[in-house]
Amino acid sequence: MSEGQDLRKTPLFDIHEKYGGKIIDFGGWALPVQYEGILEEHRAVREAAGLFDVSHMGEVRVTGPEALACVDFLLTNDLSVIADNQIMYSPMCYPDGGTVDDLLTYRVGENEFLMVVNAANAEKDYQWIAEQAAAFDVEVVDESPDTAQLALQGPRAEAILRAVADRDPADIGFFRFDADVSVAGHAALVSRTGYTGEDGFEIYCAPEDAPGIYEALMEAGEDHGLQPAGLGARDTLRFEAALPLYGQELGPDISPLEAKLGFAVKLDAGDFIGRDALKRAKEEGLAKRLVGFEMQERGVPRTGYPIYDTDGEEVGHVSSGSFSPTLGKNIGLGFVPPKMIKWGTQLQIGVRKRKLSAVVVKIPFYQREG
Amino acid sequence: MYPEDLLYTEDHEWIKVEDGVATMGITDFAQNELGDIVFVELPEEDEEFDQGDAMGVVESVKAVSDIYMPVSGTVVEANEEVMDAPELVNSDPYGEGWLVKIQLSDESQLDALMSAEDYEASLE
Repeated sequence: MSEGQDLRKTPLFDIHEKYGGKIIDFGGWALPVQYEGILEEHRAVREAAGLFDVSHMGEVRVTGPEALACVDFLLTNDLSVIADNQIMYSPMCYPDGGTVDDLLTYRVGENEFLMVVNAANAEKDYQWIAEQAAAFDVEVVDESPDTAQLALQGPRAEAILRAVADRDPADIGFFRFDADVSVAGHAALVSRTGYTGEDGFEIYCAPEDAPGIYEALMEAGEDHGLQPAGLGARDTLRFEAALPLYGQELGPDISPLEAKLGFAVKLDAGDFIGRDALKRAKEEGLAKRLVGFEMQERGVPRTGYPIYDTDGEEVGHVSSGSFSPTLGKNIGLGFVPPKMIKWGTQLQIGVRKRKLSAVVVKIPFYQREG
Repeated sequence: MYPEDLLYTEDHEWIKVEDGVATMGITDFAQNELGDIVFVELPEEDEEFDQGDAMGVVESVKAVSDIYMPVSGTVVEANEEVMDAPELVNSDPYGEGWLVKIQLSDESQLDALMSAEDYEASLE
């Protein structure tokens, strides 16, 4: 079921059709929401491995003598503390503390950084980065059209990748990368990163090499239970791990402090865009905070549903909600006043015409062992 | 995939009428479109609805979908099993995945529903 002719296709479009992917319009991209089924793909990633096409993600390279100063000024985290071949997660803010995007930054060298941004924000981010970078001695290049990306995720990911790579993926530590790996004979950058809460790798390559790498991984993964996995499972997996989704847990009117990303906001490690506003907000008290909750009555929380206190006053909204395949429960993330974030706090979730009981619980909902 | 002894609606529901009581559920096409069903909400016994009223909800991992009354009538039974095991709607939409039984208030409404052949043609 291909919808529309003007959707952008990744280099793996034909492969999605071959594996029975159900193609949807995802922010202008034709991508598979599922193949066999979201629950099965979700389980495969938790217990074995799944292979995702994430070629729609954006890649922006910043190079030049002031590259480190530039990315450090753009991002809320402290980029000066990572070494070459290391990766750092960070929000990127507007001067008012609202969030432009959240992204991974790869340090190739002191004079070269690769920023990997959300697909829906790729053009906006590139514009923003290029504008801010004008004050620095750097060059900013949007490499998105020249880059495909696969995510191999799950406990069997390392064994599968080992079978087709020219070096041992065990040597790539968490949030580190190797820019010079041959995967099934194709040049690739491999990082130990992901958006599922499992161990796994993200593989960046030239668009024309993506199908070859994909098929080699599928073949190597056959005995390991590897399955093609779509956007549906990607969302339920990241949600259980309480990894934020831009547009739901983050946005121009949501600061990273409100979204519980304080660990990636270093207010005392040099200036960055948004620092003053975030500092002030922290001192004056945040307007809202992200919490996790579990339903105590029958109902599935969904994005946008209202959250009430026990007196029935509307106090916030659900940012993400779903049946959790791993936990077998209906759970959600949402924004509430800071006084309501303690575990055990009773909430009510507006599900259609009813208000259903829920309780604030610890996030992430799911954390892998080890 | 579309049993001949059932009648179908444009909203992708099926009904089977026996002695003035209609059993209804969603079609194989509908369950396949929705994907893995994780939640079912059904009306209480004795609730009355007009044809076309939203009377319940089926939710998959990604989507929330209303269930409409294929005919006017009174709910005489809701499938308790399917509320505990929503996956029955995927695995057996015309059998164990049935949703409610309805006492018909106007049997003439049946005339406007589709046969299996017409329903299948409507999906083309």
